[in-house]
Amino acid sequence: MATDPLLSVKDIVVDFKTRYGNARVLDHVSLEVKSGEILGIVGESGCGKSMTALSIMGLVPNPPGKVTSGSIKIAGIELVGMDPDRLRRIRGKDIGMIFQEPMTSLNPVFTVGEQIAESVRLHENAKPKAAMERAVEMLKAVEIPEAETRAKAYPHQLSGGMRQRVMIAMALACRPRVLIADEPTTALDATVQAQIFDLLQDLQAETGTAIILITHDMGAIAELADTVAVMYAGRVVENGTVDAVLSRPQHPYTKGLITCVPHLEPDPPVERHALMEIPGVVPALTELGKGCAFAPRCGEAIGKCSAEKPQLLATGDAHLTACWVAQQERAQ
Amino acid sequence: MNEAAASAESPDRGRLTVTDLKVHFGGKKKLFARGATVVHAVDGVSFSVPAGKTFGVVGESGSGKTTTALAIMRLVPITHGRIVLGDTAISDLEKEELRAARRRFQIIFQDPYSSLDPRKRAGDIVREPLDLMQIGEPGSRDGMVAELFAQVGLRPEQRALFPHQFSGGQRQRIGLARALSTRPELIVCDEPVSALDVAIQAQILNLMAKLQRELGLTYLFISHDLGVVQHICDQIAVMYLGQIVEQADRVSLFTNPRHPYTKALLAAVPTVHGNKRDRRSRIRLKGDPPSPINLPQGCRFASRCPIAEARCRQTSPPLEDRGDGHRVSCFLA
Repeated sequence: MATDPLLSVKDIVVDFKTRYGNARVLDHVSLEVKSGEILGIVGESGCGKSMTALSIMGLVPNPPGKVTSGSIKIAGIELVGMDPDRLRRIRGKDIGMIFQEPMTSLNPVFTVGEQIAESVRLHENAKPKAAMERAVEMLKAVEIPEAETRAKAYPHQLSGGMRQRVMIAMALACRPRVLIADEPTTALDATVQAQIFDLLQDLQAETGTAIILITHDMGAIAELADTVAVMYAGRVVENGTVDAVLSRPQHPYTKGLITCVPHLEPDPPVERHALMEIPGVVPALTELGKGCAFAPRCGEAIGKCSAEKPQLLATGDAHLTACWVAQQERAQ
Repeated sequence: MNEAAASAESPDRGRLTVTDLKVHFGGKKKLFARGATVVHAVDGVSFSVPAGKTFGVVGESGSGKTTTALAIMRLVPITHGRIVLGDTAISDLEKEELRAARRRFQIIFQDPYSSLDPRKRAGDIVREPLDLMQIGEPGSRDGMVAELFAQVGLRPEQRALFPHQFSGGQRQRIGLARALSTRPELIVCDEPVSALDVAIQAQILNLMAKLQRELGLTYLFISHDLGVVQHICDQIAVMYLGQIVEQADRVSLFTNPRHPYTKALLAAVPTVHGNKRDRRSRIRLKGDPPSPINLPQGCRFASRCPIAEARCRQTSPPLEDRGDGHRVSCFLA
């Protein structure tokens, strides 16, 4: 039953040179996704979730950024240090990506059909006519009405939801084995977000694509993902199945992220209470100390927390936590 | 002291009443324009907010929630309707009277990055309304600014810093301090926490609740985040294409949503209590809202409504009270 992960990220380290010194934006990040699964990555801005996506895509801006060490394998093939030409053939074909803002990620001077067809032409050596047919077919697959006509439309002629569908069609046109969706619905309205999530689930059920869903919305994680990684200041602090992490969170940061958000209740109580707060702000990555990066904001911190970084260790079945306190409780 | 400022002491202080508000844009045929088109951004909105309470307006983009907020702030021209704060009809004020009355209603914006002047120090940003409105003696204003900083959880010595030296949450605190500086009765909050990280949202929402308790502020709270609205609002109106389709107190709206649009909107929000299996059993809306330029005849939601009948496409359902102030505009609800 235990299938090998399709994508495995192992101990990846990414450094950025800044005016204030070296910023370690990813610090030994390890993740795995299997075919047909959705891995959710959550965290606040600056936690490294988008940078994880970019490092998988081989798109870490260099300079100032650099993949210092670690390994990223897709179906056993190492991507770190791969020849750029070969990586270009894999990117877009085996790994697709959907970005947050569909308006700025689409080219305004080409029709959406041409943009989808382009990747098919490049990656599959398809003839222009066949590539365009595939583009129309993909637009139909993402449930765009009158796909033949819409293929001739320019991005500005489409609504936000439609543009995000075009982005998905483009990312999926070459039938990638891994799809990275970086906040795919943040710019969209709630009812349109629900449509896009349904679409992702349907397409995944058909193709068995592995999906990495990057979001700040714990609700989206609960309803879509199979496994989840919580990131803080460039590190994965908790990782496990969605059920384990959301119903039995071990890391104080995960607990904070779940309780500080006002969740929509079907039956709200008449009395209202103040929301739980996580005090303070995310630390600057150039000013991280020796210990756990969350320790200064943590209500449960002990002496050891500010002295030594906790490793990501098992605190339950299929459940890893990088927290001294949680690990101590587990040991007892 | 002029009339507008004097009425601030009336017993109705802080009460906001909006009657049949309409804001239409365009209509004049301009050079190069193909034809005169009118955008019905807000089309007959009425509600009333008791003093010291929070009224939430939710809806998707294009529903008219922000235009409603801007009309109440008198920042867009009002096509029709009446807005009364306390016992002053702020929709009737012009020029100097309007300017003097502005101290009574203030606004905080969504994006704390673009709503603060990057070249001014934080203290001067908060002080500016005091100077403009001639509040307090010039010599005492520095002390007032320091107090405002303390009130919103900033350190008084941070007055000397520039906006870029603050985090997003701190900038929203500066925006709140600026809004509070004129001691307003009403604060219009246009998506005040949407641009903030989730951990920071809670800090700002708790601060807003504390300030309301201490100062008796009335809030008009515009948001698309139903979880936030449920947490902070007393009354909530759901808008669709420029009109209120449902309005109720928070418990009644969320336990017993009646309009099909409200139901669909609630069903669309993923929650931590949900899971993969449950989400597929919920109702889904198809398509996007129609354009506010070519409005359909009849109910504006009919084209996307899962239960619409023939009559829905012919006549507009009125917004009716179904008991306990729960107002719904739907023939079938």
